[in-house]
Amino acid sequence: MSHWEVVIGIETHTQLSTRSKIFSGASTAFGAAPNTQACAVDLALPGVLPVLNRGAVECAIRFGLAIGAEVAPKSVFARKNYFYPDLPKGYQISQFELPVVVGGSLTIQVGQGDKAYEKRVRLTRAHLEEDAGKSLHEDFHGKSGIDLNRAGTPLLEIVTEPDMASSAEAVAYAKALHALVRWIGICDGNMQEGSFRCDANVSVRRPGEPLGTRREIKNLNSFRFLQQAIDYEIQWQINEIEEGRKIQQATVLFDPDTGETRMMRSKEDAHDYRYFPDPDLLPLMISREWVERTKAAMPELPEAKKQRFMADYGLSAYDATALTAALDIADFYEAAVVAAGRNAAKPCANWVMVDLAGHLNKDEKELADSPVSAAQLGGLVARIADNTISNNIAKKVFEALWNGEGQTADEIIEKQGLKQITDTGAIEALIDEVLAANAAMVAEFKAGKEKAFNALVGQAMKATKGKANPQQVNELLKKKLS
Amino acid sequence: MSLTLPQVRRVAQLARIEISDAEAETTLGHLNGIFTLIEAMQAVDTNGIEPMAHAQDVAQRLREDRVSEENRREAMQAIAPETEAGLYLVPKVIE
Repeated sequence: MSHWEVVIGIETHTQLSTRSKIFSGASTAFGAAPNTQACAVDLALPGVLPVLNRGAVECAIRFGLAIGAEVAPKSVFARKNYFYPDLPKGYQISQFELPVVVGGSLTIQVGQGDKAYEKRVRLTRAHLEEDAGKSLHEDFHGKSGIDLNRAGTPLLEIVTEPDMASSAEAVAYAKALHALVRWIGICDGNMQEGSFRCDANVSVRRPGEPLGTRREIKNLNSFRFLQQAIDYEIQWQINEIEEGRKIQQATVLFDPDTGETRMMRSKEDAHDYRYFPDPDLLPLMISREWVERTKAAMPELPEAKKQRFMADYGLSAYDATALTAALDIADFYEAAVVAAGRNAAKPCANWVMVDLAGHLNKDEKELADSPVSAAQLGGLVARIADNTISNNIAKKVFEALWNGEGQTADEIIEKQGLKQITDTGAIEALIDEVLAANAAMVAEFKAGKEKAFNALVGQAMKATKGKANPQQVNELLKKKLS
Repeated sequence: MSLTLPQVRRVAQLARIEISDAEAETTLGHLNGIFTLIEAMQAVDTNGIEPMAHAQDVAQRLREDRVSEENRREAMQAIAPETEAGLYLVPKVIE
């Protein structure tokens, strides 16, 4: 079988979290009744002029800083001309030759376990533009219905170099970008509502050959569709070439029902957008001071936080990556560490990633709705760290906190009498009872059966209802049996 | 440089303007006249001059991110040819 190289570049439209539109004062709130948030500017009534939203520019600056790009001191808005009823002006205001963000890169983690690797995806540019409205094609007796609420919603279109070589890398990039735009608070990342949509440019070639002809898969609004669409497209292109046909440049759509991509338009029908600078808008000038001011207000970025978690808390790269997947998780973790004490940072990581994540998952809850707060979890971990309770008992306490049976771990431990028995005398008395009741096991142990010892430890723990420190039981038992 | 008839038809199609063969011929003449002007401008030496995005050398003013528009759907739709359920109705388009 001959080998193929896959080349993927991604363009992402991220809807910026501004209150008002990019060029008008209409609201961008999602879900309003049709056309109630479409003003004269959005409708392109005669005589209106666009005025740029400072908040949208601020989002672009934040993004540029987050990916180590150049924030252009001067960028220019251009008209992208095409006709469609949900674009009343007959052109979309976008940026073409001089975008607001140039260059930068994003580091992605691909795969899991031993096969995991890191990769740097270079970004070409990011530019500001307005979204179009929505066309509804059903139920209007042969006509199309137009809702212009979305028209003029600010978008940042983020374009990569063709740096990805598999659907796994493409999805890893999309996930990393999704996490980043939410982290820096410029996009809510809601994919169902269309706040984050990806177009994938896919081509294949034999190693060493020049780039193959690409086809662009439009509007993928879930990570699963992104992966399925790319995998299908790669196989389709390879089959075409192996059967002696040439790939024609085209725009395609992914059909989630069939799992296939199908042609939307060929190169011949491709739009000729006739970009030119929009005479209604002056060049956007961004001062060094504005960039510096924005930089000072930026949260610590995921990569920096990850490195700090590893250095300060002794976490593994895997744990640090998981805990910096989203800002709310990282904040929760750090708040838990504050409550538990720094020397309990490592167990805190386990509790957040295993027990808390497991419970959230099971109850289909978001972290923001967690019944157990970071302070409560930290308080619990602190009691394991100072030997007040064992890890096993802690799981019971966590369960109780989850079910709202108490305000703090201490309260539950007190109320339910879960405090670890550390009184040697008390434990010894219990062990004596266990030894007396299990004479057969004692005999087996003395005859050289090591396994019998573990069984005795088990019996002793059972007798203490799990409240004894297993290590202490172990030692005392050893002493008694020697 | 001068345009060809197929190019004129392509531009007309992009602009969604229907033109007859005779109109295409006349338009070709007009456009080529404009191109002569452009050629005269192209002949000017612009080496080392930064392209301008606007005739005036001033920067874009920005507005604060604040909702300042109210819902005026009724007034807007009063002048629309056809509406239904809050939507503007247009001839069916599916791309």
